[in-house]
Amino acid sequence: MSQNLKNMPVEANDALERAQVDASCRVPVLLFFATAIFWLVVGTVFGLIASLKLHDPYFIIELPSWFAFYLEKFSPAGTVEMINSSLTFGRIRPAHLNTVAYGWGSPAGLGVAIWLMARLCRVPLRYPTLVSAAGVLWNIGMVVGIGALLSGGSTSIEWLEFPPYVTFILFISFALISIWAVDMFVHRKPGHVYVSLWYIMAALFWFPWLYGTANILIQLAPAQGSVQGIINWWYGHNALGLWFTPLGLAAAYYMIPKVIGRPVYSYYLSAFGFWALALFYSWNGGHHLIGGPLPAWLITTSIVASVMMVIPVVVTAINHHMTMKGNFNVLRYSPTLRFVVFGAMSYTLASLQGSSMAFRELNAITHFTHYTIGHSHLGLYAFYTMIMFGSIYYIVPRLLGREWVSALLIKVHFWTCAYGIVTMVLLLSVGGAIQGWMLQHPENPLNKFSDIVEATKPWLRGRSISGCLIMVGHLAFAYHFALMLLKFGRSEGGPTLLAQPESNTDSAGSHS
Amino acid sequence: MNKLTTLFCGFLFTFVLAWLGLVIIPHFQFGQLQPFVNEDTGESFPPFRSGLANRGKQVYEANGCIYCHSQQVRPDYLSADMARGWGARRSVARDYIYDKPHLLGTMRTGPDLSNIGVRQPSEAWHHEHLYAPQSKSIGSTMPPFRYLYKIQKIQGEVSPNALKLTAEDAPAEGYEVVPTAEAVALVAYLKSLSQNYSLPEAKLSTE
Repeated sequence: MSQNLKNMPVEANDALERAQVDASCRVPVLLFFATAIFWLVVGTVFGLIASLKLHDPYFIIELPSWFAFYLEKFSPAGTVEMINSSLTFGRIRPAHLNTVAYGWGSPAGLGVAIWLMARLCRVPLRYPTLVSAAGVLWNIGMVVGIGALLSGGSTSIEWLEFPPYVTFILFISFALISIWAVDMFVHRKPGHVYVSLWYIMAALFWFPWLYGTANILIQLAPAQGSVQGIINWWYGHNALGLWFTPLGLAAAYYMIPKVIGRPVYSYYLSAFGFWALALFYSWNGGHHLIGGPLPAWLITTSIVASVMMVIPVVVTAINHHMTMKGNFNVLRYSPTLRFVVFGAMSYTLASLQGSSMAFRELNAITHFTHYTIGHSHLGLYAFYTMIMFGSIYYIVPRLLGREWVSALLIKVHFWTCAYGIVTMVLLLSVGGAIQGWMLQHPENPLNKFSDIVEATKPWLRGRSISGCLIMVGHLAFAYHFALMLLKFGRSEGGPTLLAQPESNTDSAGSHS
Repeated sequence: MNKLTTLFCGFLFTFVLAWLGLVIIPHFQFGQLQPFVNEDTGESFPPFRSGLANRGKQVYEANGCIYCHSQQVRPDYLSADMARGWGARRSVARDYIYDKPHLLGTMRTGPDLSNIGVRQPSEAWHHEHLYAPQSKSIGSTMPPFRYLYKIQKIQGEVSPNALKLTAEDAPAEGYEVVPTAEAVALVAYLKSLSQNYSLPEAKLSTE
């Protein structure tokens, strides 16, 4: 009886608390999202250009001659050469990776993490100006960094292409957010620490260490060649495993239960999955150098750890599946859930594929081929990016107090990206497998290197088409987000859903 | 797990284990390798790269050659790299002691370049190939690196370093294509790429 009496004010208080938390996040989180979406579009353009160049090497190799003629007249000497050189595949390709990983992926993840920190610590954002300043600093670093890559300043270390002065800017920005996160955690309201918070705190603790170590030992005080190789991939793989993956999982662990309105299936599985991931993922890097000039123990350890990753992945998959069980109908109408569940399922798939690719026999074929590129898109796009999309669809209306303008735009976004990424991964996997198989059988006179180049072309052309689909989705998303920022969102009525729920007792999407 | 310290001890422990294993131990195990000196001839391996070749390595880095070309020959129990003619022996850590940064690479859209200096020693071939890859290798998807070359009016005699180009790659009548300093350095680097020497831990199969 007394509980019933108490319930009302407590719920009202909770709603008030959430509203305060959301309001405190508005400026910094929207700043992170807006810049992330800007870089997403830029990165997709880079990706598309790089993709086209892979099968059509003469695709925009230089400025049109009439344009170059006029530009030469009105610009300092060497400008035309500089622009022409920045169009080469070897510069566009790292520009693509760095814009999507550090321009889109990290800031989008940070935006989600900052909002989740405030929600889960149940305190309004502390030092919002500091967080915004870190966001601005990060983007200054991005602009300088992409400029450096295009003008030939790349370090040529995959995942660490930015020159040291850019790395330094990003590191400072990152350190500010990490310190801020510890402050938030210390000042949280007493109570249970939710699993998403472990993932976020861990990611914010691990990443600066990773980034710092890798940059010091590769750029500032470089280790010897082969040692750099392993440090490179220790960093490269951990950027996925200990940075993007925890952020993606933190969002999935929050969004899925929130949208369907029931708690996570098992606390025990959450904890087990988290610590197993921390223990095994950090060792995976060496599987990028199977057959490389490194001691066998190092590679073998990484292969073992890669296979052990099956444990946390399956555990997390079971936990998410059991949470979803009986609620799959919600996928019909909740935009957030549809994106997040697509991402969570891709996580399972990408991780199991990754474990299989660590086996020497399979790796001998897939290494150095487009198969690996397909795998990385499955991880960073189908898993991580789709979860970020879903989370942004959830968070933005709460920051602005307005609902998404158009269900149609969300549908366009979802289906173009879903079909785009599925076909891209399939095409790259098949094309890559053929490429790898042919590379491994030089005794066959039909497997000369030029034959291999020819054999991969159709698959790469198909990949460019799938890239166009994804571009359409991103433009729809960016346009929709811009409409929201310009206050075109609905200020009345319930959330924007993709279809009508069967019964109105279902409160999906209306959870605040 | 509700306390910051407990959580952080866990984060630290899991992370430090792998950090020690994949970063610190390798640094001490094979991070201080010395070149191998042949006692009889006094030659040291891997050979030291010239200043020009080192400058060429920077051009290689700036233009992202690594995104299509690896520089590592895998052992023959794992791969057909040697059967394909990309090397006479597998690559070992000592081959890379002068590489800062390393350029091992992860992609073979183009062939492996560990021994390109052995396979293709002609400077003219490299220049023509860089300027117009399809003229040397039909169907190639390598981008043309025209910006590393200059088209200039022929002043009197044709320059000795002018590229011998045919058909649609050739410049207009009265013009010639010559390499810039960057192209010259890049070709010097490509010519220097060779693991065609024996090390105690990786002997050439002919010996």
